[in-house]
Amino acid sequence: MEIHVISYLILSTVMMFAGIYGFFTRRNLLAILISVELMLNATNINFAVFNRYLFPGVLEGHFFTLFGIAISAAETAVAIAIMINVYRNVRNIQTDDINEMKG
Amino acid sequence: MEITLQQIVFGVVALMMAVCSVLSVTTGRILRAATALLFVLFGTAGLYFMLGYTYLGAVQLSVYAGGIVVLYVFSILLTRSDKNMNRRIPRGRWFAATVAVVTGFFLTVFLLFTNGFALNTVPALVEQNPAGVGEALVGMDKYGFILPFEAISVLLLACMIGAIMIARKH
Repeated sequence: MEIHVISYLILSTVMMFAGIYGFFTRRNLLAILISVELMLNATNINFAVFNRYLFPGVLEGHFFTLFGIAISAAETAVAIAIMINVYRNVRNIQTDDINEMKG
Repeated sequence: MEITLQQIVFGVVALMMAVCSVLSVTTGRILRAATALLFVLFGTAGLYFMLGYTYLGAVQLSVYAGGIVVLYVFSILLTRSDKNMNRRIPRGRWFAATVAVVTGFFLTVFLLFTNGFALNTVPALVEQNPAGVGEALVGMDKYGFILPFEAISVLLLACMIGAIMIARKH
């Protein structure tokens, strides 16, 4: 008896909606970024699982996951650089206090 | 129905990942949220190993769990963001977000259980050959990934330069 594909999919659904909940309710930019990482991770799991279960002979989903990991690393680096710059100017990284560009 | 060792390992890892992912968006301390995220990423690497994608699991461990989480911890310490972590959003918006998330979750689970494709079973676990992964990653034939590989290299270089430009002292 092997692991059913639906257990992987439910697990990634839990992660995805935990990330969405955090994205909606958090006020801190770093906490929002952690939620985004959860969502990205859930999609990565889905790519790998679909490749494994539906098309085990090819590697397309494997590489989608690989490039997804690289893109999320790039995104995290730039986002954290922006946050450090915001902190240097505003002394705070709450979303309520960053409203200068609203005009 | 017999429970195999693989299923037990999957159950433990899945439970840890679900609990930690909920914990990382509900806890009041941001360092705890980062730690919970670290455990979720470890669990994801474990899932890749169980799927037979050992190379992917190694990349997940080294890039995500090793690199990104360290970046998070450093920026948490640099920005002192723990002070007003518990500032809450208005009650009406919190309620709307919770309803949207719970509805979306149950809708997705319902769709997963009612459509047919998810009833496929797992094929026999064969480990991917790392040499095949490497050849496909820089291969130029029909199933080669040399162009996205080059694009991701340029993207990483650009983001490195951009991060240095943004975060340096003026």
